[in-house]
Amino acid sequence: MSTKPVLAPSSETPISRRGFFMKLGILFNGLAAAVVAVPIVGFLFSSITRGRGNGYLSWVQLGNVSEFPEGETRLATFRNPYVMPTDGTTADTACWVRHIAGEQFQIFAVNCAHLGCPVRWFQQSGLFMCPCHGGAYYRDGSRASGPPERGLFEYPYKVENGVIAIQAGELPTPGAAIAALTGEKPPCA
Amino acid sequence: MRMMISSIGQWFDRRLQLAAPVREIAEHPVPRNTASWWYVFGSAALVVFILQFVTGILLALVYVPSGAEAWSSLQALNHAVTLGWFIRAMHGWGSNFMVAIVLIHMVQVFLFGAYKFPRELTWILGVFLLLMTLGMAFSGQVLRFDQDAYWGLGIGASIASRVPILGPAIVKLMLGGPIIAGATLSRFFTLHVFVIPGLLIGFVCLHLLMVLKLGINEWPMPGRVVKRATYINDYHELTKKDGAPFVPYAVWKDMFFAAFIILAVAACAFYFGPFGPTGRPDPTIIQTVPKPDYFFLWLYALLSLLPPSLETPALLIGPVVVIAGLLLLPFLSGEGEKSWKRRPIAVLTVMLIAITLGTFTHLAGYTPWSPHMNAWSGDPVPDQFIHGTTALERQGALVFQVKQCRNCHSLGETGGQRGPSLDSVAVRLTQDQLIRQVIQGGGNMPAYGKNLSPAETTALVAFLETLHPKGQAPARDAARDVALGDQKQPGSER
Repeated sequence: MSTKPVLAPSSETPISRRGFFMKLGILFNGLAAAVVAVPIVGFLFSSITRGRGNGYLSWVQLGNVSEFPEGETRLATFRNPYVMPTDGTTADTACWVRHIAGEQFQIFAVNCAHLGCPVRWFQQSGLFMCPCHGGAYYRDGSRASGPPERGLFEYPYKVENGVIAIQAGELPTPGAAIAALTGEKPPCA
Repeated sequence: MRMMISSIGQWFDRRLQLAAPVREIAEHPVPRNTASWWYVFGSAALVVFILQFVTGILLALVYVPSGAEAWSSLQALNHAVTLGWFIRAMHGWGSNFMVAIVLIHMVQVFLFGAYKFPRELTWILGVFLLLMTLGMAFSGQVLRFDQDAYWGLGIGASIASRVPILGPAIVKLMLGGPIIAGATLSRFFTLHVFVIPGLLIGFVCLHLLMVLKLGINEWPMPGRVVKRATYINDYHELTKKDGAPFVPYAVWKDMFFAAFIILAVAACAFYFGPFGPTGRPDPTIIQTVPKPDYFFLWLYALLSLLPPSLETPALLIGPVVVIAGLLLLPFLSGEGEKSWKRRPIAVLTVMLIAITLGTFTHLAGYTPWSPHMNAWSGDPVPDQFIHGTTALERQGALVFQVKQCRNCHSLGETGGQRGPSLDSVAVRLTQDQLIRQVIQGGGNMPAYGKNLSPAETTALVAFLETLHPKGQAPARDAARDVALGDQKQPGSER
């Protein structure tokens, strides 16, 4: 017991055996933490880093052109192209289909461009109205009044063999426009 | 028998060695006049938190945190599981009580100057406890996975998306994917059941530890000023001279109030029942008017009333300013008067905030800014507005109804309140002004030019011109009579 020299706590003291192992222990734990942190962080942020890799921007069929009479705006529903087993009804989505003429359409998200509440179409007055904060839009989706700062979100669409398909696997939010600035193509503009 | 209990107790205490510190905590001296009914809210918040903990665990026995099954499991709790409805109601009402009590506790601490030296950190932890309580309230609303929860998440995502540059990434992190779905519920379940409660327990322990170490705030007396140099000595002298052991001198009031609160939660739960769930979380059902829970109604109102250009800055900067203000408060006024009688600005601030939040909450109760979606088909034009009208004017009343004007404009107290009431619109606007307003819109009204034929516009304006109180002439443009010669303005003879 008495064979060990008592070390004075000064800066010139050579590092003790215990102190060295203590530091090594901290370092070793730091290393372990870093090794484990990589998969943890990767898992935690996977919903961002995954990007659009799951194919949720693939084309979804809405139905035949003939189901949407010219000059009218109708509600259509579709199931998200990317579905998890626990999604239930939440993976079903609605959208407003405005058939202008021929193969010309406008497919609007039901989500208000203000805060995302579902807008309803009023044929007689040619307006979309939002029940939450009173946003209103004209039949072409442009802003008519209320708090929204822009028109309704439109999904990209194509018509093939008389069938309308849209790209709509992502919840449209007002921030999507900012994504465009950073180089990421917004899901719908 | 007594001997045996005592010897068992001693056996445990020889190992745990907790009896002495617990007795010391229980009997620590508190200033005599803090044994007041004003000092019961902190312990009441703790009691409601424990109640939430217990009822939450009970609910988790049945609740399924899956996007596909959560709603059905809540239905089962409400209708199939014995007393499931009551436990749900206790948890829901407990949540409301907890937010209310935490707010009252905070106001009391603020008005009694209890956040001042040396209790700054106790206050700061308290601010975090308030934020976590609100976080629990919001995430709890999400777990009630119904239509309100679904669209509430959409609102949350829309707000989060407005953060510059990082917005879309934050939305994906929050939703756990590209849309509101099963993954979203799972992560809010994790927040509500593991993350926030864990933090709450830790913060509550630290908060309580500091109350014990630093002593409960003495009753504020006008003129007894807090000084960093002398306060701690003064406080110790006060507790020595005029102190009394916390147990039993002050604790009985806490106990009475705690029991009262638990009974009040149970009574509300029994009488009013559980909250929801409302309709299924099916986004294809768009006939819904989503509304947040009570304690977020003020925010709902604020989001409708802010000018559009101010909304994003207010949403992103406002919370930062408010939280920073709360955290900095004890450093900005860490010394000085504690008594509310000598702090008029503090009292006025509390009143202003209370009145503002109260007014917003009240407004959100009847949402005058939202169109009444069914007014055009549900609220007919009241009789008195049709009496004695011409065929053209009646046609106008029909146009008024069919074109959904009623969704935003009231007549005789029925209809929407988004736009002004039109009971006496003819007094405010001349015929030309009415035509212009209908066709071009403006002042927050959409333009109807593309949706009205000239005949419909003529009829509608003819009807609108009849809307003036008896004996009060409609507005008219005198210059027009001159310009158009003999041609009288329709309605001007009435």
